[in-house]
Amino acid sequence: MAESLKFHFDVDGDNFTSAGAASVEVKRKLRQLGFPAEVIRRVSIAMYEGEINMVVHARGGVADVYVEPNCITIVLADQGPGIPDIDLAMQEGYSTAPDNIRALGFGAGMGLPNMKRYTDEMKIDTVLKKGTTVTMKVYI
Amino acid sequence: MTVSELGEQLSLTAYALPDGARKVTGGYTGDLLSWVMGRAQEGDAWITIMSNSNIVAVATLADVSCILLAEGAAPDKGVAELAAEKGVNLLGASEPAFSLGARLNKLL
Ligand SMILES: Nc1ncnc2c1ncn2[C@@H]1O[C@H](COP(=O)(O)OP(=O)(O)OP(=O)(O)O)[C@@H](O)[C@H]1O
Ligand SMILES: [Mg+2]
Repeated sequence: MAESLKFHFDVDGDNFTSAGAASVEVKRKLRQLGFPAEVIRRVSIAMYEGEINMVVHARGGVADVYVEPNCITIVLADQGPGIPDIDLAMQEGYSTAPDNIRALGFGAGMGLPNMKRYTDEMKIDTVLKKGTTVTMKVYI
Repeated sequence: MTVSELGEQLSLTAYALPDGARKVTGGYTGDLLSWVMGRAQEGDAWITIMSNSNIVAVATLADVSCILLAEGAAPDKGVAELAAEKGVNLLGASEPAFSLGARLNKLL
């Protein structure tokens, strides 16, 4: 694969049933492109956590995935409430997820820590009441 | 051991078995989805009581070999069909997660 590829997804903000569809699709595409299984697993889990966060905490957003031979970059951008305290949000177990979401199995407060753990680089840009952009990179 | 063999040996109910030949290489028990994402290993049998459609995406992305619903939890409406469509093995048992995990562990 000489050239870089770009995939774009709109992530629906009020559909918990189909949540994760973009990540599942990215996983399928990376498999077709022949990336190592462990790389695909890290990318798709990190992207899923970010995708779910946009659905649960930010009424949806957009996901862009840039695929290059030696690096996969995931950019998740939303226009939600923003994150008031990133250090607190990054702590394992911290969650503001409402009860109806917790009943589905979300809200462990492990999503952002998983994203950090499964990627090589992660950056959170957030502005209160404007939105959040999470950029993650996985090197191959 | 394959998922089909596991289903037979543990007398599980198969709700969807699109990839019965998949190898089971370990196990993980948990209901909080981000814990599963962070801790389950590829090839694990994932034991849970969560029965909503999100378990199918989690199983796909975490690359587990199958989902085992414990405590007699039945898949929510449409979830067995979704699992079949997405190639996710979904089985169940009436017993608690603890004893299901203990029996699975003996087979591994
Ligand atoms: N895109 C976002 N917009 C606004 N707030 C966010 C966003 N992503 C995360 N947060 C905040 O950070 C907290 C921690 O996120 P994290 O993903 O670690 O846990 P969670 O989503 O609450 O639960 P889990 O991911 O374990 O299901 C969230 O509860 C929420 O308050
Ligand atoms: Mg989360």
